[in-house]
Amino acid sequence: MQPFTTLTSTPAPMKVVNVDTDMIIPKQYLKTIKRTGLGTALFSEMRYKDDGSENPDFVLNQPAYRKAEILVAGDNFGCGSSREHAPWALLDFGIRCVISTSFADIFYNNCFKNGILPIKVTPQQLDMLFDDAERGSNATLTIDLANQTIKGPDGGEITFEIDPFRKHCLLNGLDDIGLTMEKGTKIDAYEEKLKQRAWA
Amino acid sequence: MTATKGPQTLYDKIFDDHVVDRQDDGTCLLYIDRHLVHEVTSPQAFEGLRMTGRKVRSPEKTLAVVDHNIPTTDRTKGIAEEESRIQVEALAKNARDFGVEYFNELDKRQGIVHIVGPEQGFTLPGTTIVCGDSHTSTHGAFGALAHGIGTSEVEHVLATQTLIQKKAMNMLVQVDGTPAPGVGAKDITLAIIGEIGTAGGTGSVIEYAGEAIRGLTMEGRMTVCNMSIEGGARAGMVAPDEKAFSYLKGRPKAPQGAAWDAAVRYWETLRTDEGAHFDRIVRLDAANLPPIVSWGTSPEDVISVTGAVPDPELIVDEVKRASKKRALEYMGLTAGTKITDIPLDVIWIGSCTNGRIEDLRTVAKIVEGKKLHESLDYGMIVPGSGLVKEQAEAEGLDKIFIAAGFEWREPGCSMCLGMNPDQLKPGQRAASTSNRNFEGRQGYRGRTHLVSPAMAAAAALTGRFVDVRTLG
Repeated sequence: MQPFTTLTSTPAPMKVVNVDTDMIIPKQYLKTIKRTGLGTALFSEMRYKDDGSENPDFVLNQPAYRKAEILVAGDNFGCGSSREHAPWALLDFGIRCVISTSFADIFYNNCFKNGILPIKVTPQQLDMLFDDAERGSNATLTIDLANQTIKGPDGGEITFEIDPFRKHCLLNGLDDIGLTMEKGTKIDAYEEKLKQRAWA
Repeated sequence: MTATKGPQTLYDKIFDDHVVDRQDDGTCLLYIDRHLVHEVTSPQAFEGLRMTGRKVRSPEKTLAVVDHNIPTTDRTKGIAEEESRIQVEALAKNARDFGVEYFNELDKRQGIVHIVGPEQGFTLPGTTIVCGDSHTSTHGAFGALAHGIGTSEVEHVLATQTLIQKKAMNMLVQVDGTPAPGVGAKDITLAIIGEIGTAGGTGSVIEYAGEAIRGLTMEGRMTVCNMSIEGGARAGMVAPDEKAFSYLKGRPKAPQGAAWDAAVRYWETLRTDEGAHFDRIVRLDAANLPPIVSWGTSPEDVISVTGAVPDPELIVDEVKRASKKRALEYMGLTAGTKITDIPLDVIWIGSCTNGRIEDLRTVAKIVEGKKLHESLDYGMIVPGSGLVKEQAEAEGLDKIFIAAGFEWREPGCSMCLGMNPDQLKPGQRAASTSNRNFEGRQGYRGRTHLVSPAMAAAAALTGRFVDVRTLG
């Protein structure tokens, strides 16, 4: 996994609440057996017209946001289906950070497994970030994970909370499975205890 | 073995019982007793195992089944759609290569993963159950701690039989009273989501309790727990009781003989202690509950069948107002329209929410001897598993459905998510017993109204929503 340390980018505003993972990547793209190449499918039902051409009204099709690496979105981002294709599509498009007032649990987890930083902010902070984001390419945000800060275009700074273990893994690009396998003897011991339960 | 002192909730007990390791910051390694695998969210996980030379740690605790993208028409001649076929073949190969038991599309035990688990007795009280599918919360009906995970976590569980977890908050949803005839589990769960909102349960595990929950059958409890995720909670659970035990007794993978007796003695201890702490308590009175219909594109957009489409202009928050206006536009509805005046095109009955035998019996009772309304494009009934299909046919329900004009299909997820050819066309409006009314969920630009099986059946006869309480 690619580590996440700092990121400077124009943020793209997506003023929609309850953006679900069906919206992030519709079902027809879930038939892949790979993790890669899903960027073109990101938000496809909003991003493209019926004839396949780009919908110029959609935020990520606008010149200022085509290369945005930060998405600022309404409350409860990533709700619904557990599909990890959602963070895969975001990552493949180039989004490394999503900022919202809240995230659905499974999506939030999935982000960390893929080197994407989801940041929770207050409703007031989100309003400010929407204002920044709406200024287009004139405004950039700088995310510093080690210091847990978002620096705005006018020098303002927001600090955010993050679980220390998740932060550690993200900063260092650590593989969860490798870490857990180091605890193999503890898993063995648990399974030994389970043998007392004939039904388990 | 418990780390928490004092009275505990059901969730506290099961979580603590499965902690393999606890770090100082509270991050835990949680043992996973049961892992269900399907074709859509597992290929990349198995690929990850291959790339790193890892094995499946406990194949005997893993069960694979195809459900999401398979056609619900005759499957004996194979799967026509190439990408779906490749994905199904990949699961078959992965199951074979890694020694995992697999129910293929022709196996009568095949079905939607969350219907298969309980049906086989793979789902047991007090266990931890995961699956790369958000509706894994269904299994909580048996007093299991069950939740959906992403594909990276699927790989983690395959490799280590554990999951990295932090303890969630405890939320109690207390549903008192007895619902009116025709009002049931689906109305209860939609009403709860309407009350708490689609992010209301975020970060929490819900325990459902109260007279109305106790009064539900296991099928009904599964419907309620299934939709916990639509309220934002990863897991929902009900304390196991005699109903749960008798549902499981004699199932192929349930314990037998002395092991069964020992299991029941343990399962009987799985209840929330008097005085245990809940971070949040929500109460609902089922006695006054009407049949519920969704009007928008989020499961929180619900209203009584006796109501009208709400006016988004009344919402104060700008982003929320814009989102709900967008929902009405997508749904082709105007504020103030009576729910019973909305004309329908399609009736769809099935899913892990409502594809069990009890759901089909409810529908059959309402449509028996009657016909699908002429204004409808079609009605489709998709049993949740091969065993549900077999049972329904043994009871003659298939004949009732076909005589009424419904299509009677092979088991699978079908139009609940429309990964297979069962999809709404743009603009088509469905009364659906599924769980999500998201934009495009059941087909590109398709319009979904979530309802109970009874409401879907009644709507099939009139082409519009009807208050099922007014039926004889």
